[in-house]
Amino acid sequence: MEYIKVFIVGGLICVIGQIILDTTKLTPAHILVIFLTSGVILGAVGLYEPLVKFAEAGATVPISGFGYALSKGAIEGAKSKGVIGAFLGGLEATAGGVAAAILFGYIMAVVSDPKTKN
Amino acid sequence: MALKRIGAQTVKLSNPPSIISTASIVGPKEGEGPLKDYFDIILEDDMWGQESFEKSEAKIQEEAIKLAISNANLSPNDIEYLFAGDLLNQIITSSYSARQLNIPFFGLYGACSTMTESLSLGAMIIDGQFADKVVCATSSHFSSAERQFRFPLEYGSQRTFSAQWTVTGGGATVLSSTGNGPYITYITTGKIVDLGIVDVNNMGGAMAPAAIDTISQHFKDTGYNPVDYDLIITGDLGLVGKKIILDLLRKEGYDLSENYSDCGIKIFDGVEQDTHAGGSGCGCAAVVFNGYIYKEMMKRNLNRVLLIATGALHSSISTLQGESIPGIAHAVTIDNMIS
Amino acid sequence: MDKMNKKEYQKYVERKVPKPTYFKNILYAFVVGGIICVFGQIIRNFLLKYGLDEKSVAAGTSIVLIFTGAFLTGIGIYDKIGKIGGAGAAIPITGFANSIVSPAMEFKREGFIFGVAARMFSIAGPVLVYGVGSSVIVGILYLILTKGR
Repeated sequence: MEYIKVFIVGGLICVIGQIILDTTKLTPAHILVIFLTSGVILGAVGLYEPLVKFAEAGATVPISGFGYALSKGAIEGAKSKGVIGAFLGGLEATAGGVAAAILFGYIMAVVSDPKTKN
Repeated sequence: MALKRIGAQTVKLSNPPSIISTASIVGPKEGEGPLKDYFDIILEDDMWGQESFEKSEAKIQEEAIKLAISNANLSPNDIEYLFAGDLLNQIITSSYSARQLNIPFFGLYGACSTMTESLSLGAMIIDGQFADKVVCATSSHFSSAERQFRFPLEYGSQRTFSAQWTVTGGGATVLSSTGNGPYITYITTGKIVDLGIVDVNNMGGAMAPAAIDTISQHFKDTGYNPVDYDLIITGDLGLVGKKIILDLLRKEGYDLSENYSDCGIKIFDGVEQDTHAGGSGCGCAAVVFNGYIYKEMMKRNLNRVLLIATGALHSSISTLQGESIPGIAHAVTIDNMIS
Repeated sequence: MDKMNKKEYQKYVERKVPKPTYFKNILYAFVVGGIICVFGQIIRNFLLKYGLDEKSVAAGTSIVLIFTGAFLTGIGIYDKIGKIGGAGAAIPITGFANSIVSPAMEFKREGFIFGVAARMFSIAGPVLVYGVGSSVIVGILYLILTKGR
């Protein structure tokens, strides 16, 4: 049951992105920025939290979940440390992912070569 | 007095230069396509032992030029001018291939129209008695073009149905003041036509108006009709461009449905090879002309051909700035007979 | 050609362009996106079982997913998943990893500073700029709005 909820919510978030891709001239890079920023805003106004409670990874694995984590972190930082906390909180909450992206990204890029498509 | 000019945009060559040899080199995917038997060299690996896609493309162009020259039993010293161009920034492919060849060099940028742009200039130079032997060449490479104009190769994106597939390949033509044909008889030089298409995934739609403009002007200037040609073939308009060409030229009173084709449609099997709207790139018109068209003309299966290579003259910067795509198309008549 | 102005031509071309296979694209995006999220949930449950706290579980899940996305990009598989799944492969955090590794490996021949390192964030950079930037604004707005009360 848990996995079905994850599958459906995660799948539906991606479907929204696919519809935007197919009906506009926006590129996947635009979609990533739009979804991330939407996640930040929805997280800030408290609309993303219920989705995360309901579907867990179905809501946190899409990039909008990354946005939600950023805004949640920033708000928590602001609560505990004020203005400085607002600057620290977002990146603190997501530091693991960003550091992983930098390290693994670099290593994989160095050890592998792009292959021509067929 | 410009005695050789006829009409607004066409010249009629009074001493038509002869195509005395050609060469075409293609990548593995093109070598699996419907025209595979017409190409001189099919690469097994599109890196061709080089360190980068750019170096591989330069090698493809250089080897195509050398092969065309040796097919004519000549050496590079016999060639008086080299006309070459490609798609990469500052036409580095052509400059690096020319660096190896030691031939006086004119670098051209006409994007995918470079094949007929180089043939036009080479033919006029010979007709004007400035040279006896010239080489016209161009090339493109899927992977070097993709990273310059689109996304990285390993990036997981989907291609739209109007998108085209850049041909990996190079072609070269040796033109001579003497020879037994086929001959270049007419040259219609295109103007930039831009009807405001901004979608870089729809090159066919962006370039079709330029091709229509050049083709109809060619008929007006020369007095030829579509039926006078065995084949009227555009460079890389693909499936979307083909529909537009047939439709809009019919409205102007020219019916091309019998003998029109497009190099981008001919080179790939769109369904089997998943190339969507067809092939594109400088190499597309280059290998189809120097491979398929030239060999069919030598066999007399085709006797008079109108080749219209089409170019989209945008850059990755102009695209980001939202500028529309300027299109160009240059037409060249290639004829087995001269009257 | 003189008879058609730019607007008319653009509309005309729009009709000549084949439409995307909407239903198939949406279905595949749904399935691929759903599967990646389920994979994330499996990692999450695994980490929870080891008694990690919520923050470490969230970070651990992203780290594993990003590694997976980077690895599949490096061995040349993620672009194929992306071709099938479209947004279903782009939107999960694995797609974010793909957008970092693919330009970085492509530009290796331009060197390790201006090639790999500089290009890593050619697609992911904007994502971080807007994400981190807007989160700081959210934090500050939160302070302003709650202090006002």
